[in-house]
Amino acid sequence: MIGLQFGIHTFLNFDNLGQLLPLVWGSLVAGVILGLIAGAIGPMIHARDLAFAVHGTSELSFAGAAAALFFGVSVNLGAIAGSLAAALVLGWLGVKARHRNATIGILLPFGLGIGVLFLALYTGRSSNKFGLLAGQIVAVQSTQLVSLAVVAAVIAAVLVPIWRPLFFASVDPEVAQARGVPVRALSMAFMVVLGLAVAMTVQLVGALLVLSLLITPTAAAARLTVRPFMLSVLSVAFAVTSAVGGIVLSLGPGLPISPYVTTVSFLIFLVCLVIGRVRERRGWNQRPEVGHHPHADALHTH
Amino acid sequence: MSITTTPAMEALGAAEPAICLNNACVAFGERVLWDHVDLDIAPGEFVAVLGPNGAGKTTLLRVLLGQHHLTHGQVRIDGNPVQRGSRRIGYVPQQKSIDSTAVIRGRDLVALGLDGDRWGITWPTRQRREKIDWALDAVGALAYADAPLSMLSGGEQQRLRIAQALVTDPSVLLCDEPLLSLDIFHQLAVTDLIDRTRREHNIAVLFVTHEINPVLPLVDRIIYFANGQALIGTPDEVMTTQTLSELYGRRVEVLRHDGQLLVFGADDHAHHPEPDQEGDA
Repeated sequence: MIGLQFGIHTFLNFDNLGQLLPLVWGSLVAGVILGLIAGAIGPMIHARDLAFAVHGTSELSFAGAAAALFFGVSVNLGAIAGSLAAALVLGWLGVKARHRNATIGILLPFGLGIGVLFLALYTGRSSNKFGLLAGQIVAVQSTQLVSLAVVAAVIAAVLVPIWRPLFFASVDPEVAQARGVPVRALSMAFMVVLGLAVAMTVQLVGALLVLSLLITPTAAAARLTVRPFMLSVLSVAFAVTSAVGGIVLSLGPGLPISPYVTTVSFLIFLVCLVIGRVRERRGWNQRPEVGHHPHADALHTH
Repeated sequence: MSITTTPAMEALGAAEPAICLNNACVAFGERVLWDHVDLDIAPGEFVAVLGPNGAGKTTLLRVLLGQHHLTHGQVRIDGNPVQRGSRRIGYVPQQKSIDSTAVIRGRDLVALGLDGDRWGITWPTRQRREKIDWALDAVGALAYADAPLSMLSGGEQQRLRIAQALVTDPSVLLCDEPLLSLDIFHQLAVTDLIDRTRREHNIAVLFVTHEINPVLPLVDRIIYFANGQALIGTPDEVMTTQTLSELYGRRVEVLRHDGQLLVFGADDHAHHPEPDQEGDA
């Protein structure tokens, strides 16, 4: 009766949480920082329709990290090198989504293949291998926290000044160009920032699950609001909740972090989906019939 | 000839042409797109830009936007040299339902026209909000300003685009095929709005189009690009069998029927009306 050994307790328990929490404060801080990065950059990924690019970048980040593991250099730097290479190639080659997707489809399996090769050659702890694909940061060292904080600061320092022209260029490229916004240069700058964010996120949730922090929180927020500022606020809140909540929930059962992060993030999305549907049905998206302009085409349905 | 702008001239304002081209030429290497173009467009004037694909209609807009340099000649907006990203110019591109997945309201689109090109953080102020509301009101779009852009009809989106172009209080409105993919009802509504706007705000309108009929009753003049030349005059002067035949160097027939113009043999009706294509030509 092996089945009896598995109950809800296997997946969800809070035994010894009080004793465990102080031991993992480093992970929790890392979770908060990653949630902030992912949640803040998410709306721009959403606006630029880059979900697949994020996935492709994460696989090259994985390849870089696996190579670094094999050669015995910093996994962090390897992950960054891999995702920056991917980001630059994607930024350089594909401005239009159509061409970009083909490029990603070519890069992604190549990166994954290289990563698998180096993991197979690697003779160290197997949990390190597993961590790169599916994520694991239980004991975060303070040096890792420092490098994470530095990368977060770099991302913020680049993203805050360019946010508005970048958003203009993402939503409305023709008019943005007419208004003198350097559309192409901004696109490259954003891909670099995105590469950094992906490289950081890979280390928490692993290459395969990066989308759960970079895509899902924003997608959930988009069900609740049409205001760009609120979208950012909710996206950050959801991403931090997913990252920190996932870490806390994984402690009792002693299982990997990533399934908990992805599940929390997915559940938030489901709840937002339902709320969005209900609001839509109640006419949340209907506009008031106050247009009395002589040519009011507001009456025209779409 | 060089024109220096003095404060006195600036004060005159209306005396200055909104758009001025002086012996202007655009060539791509050996190929001359158009040459010897002289043009003064007054504030408040409505000018349609016609001609076959690749004749240089969109390139004219790109020159005025500062995205393409004249091979020789002069171009001035409000008496000043063109400047990339100038706030004196409002730009209305063709209607395509905005295919970005971005979460954005009509109000946000107009806000981007106001300060989307500014770096750093933009704080919401009352003055900013009032400007945006003013532009939304000017095009009659206040009613749906807070609805998601993706849920609006093509005509509504095009109204918002005009508000976006108006919000910087420009003296020139450049419209690149703004009626494309709109049905006839929306075409008339949008042209009416542009006409009203230029009269109320004294804005010069340059209106690139393949379809002269929706704007024919409203335009003051026509610029017709063909064969490396530009023909400029009133619709009655330009849109005749004789004039267009001379311009094209072959028989082109213009028929008038019921206030509508039908042009045969000019290849006006493009199969690929993509604005980018002729710029690369």
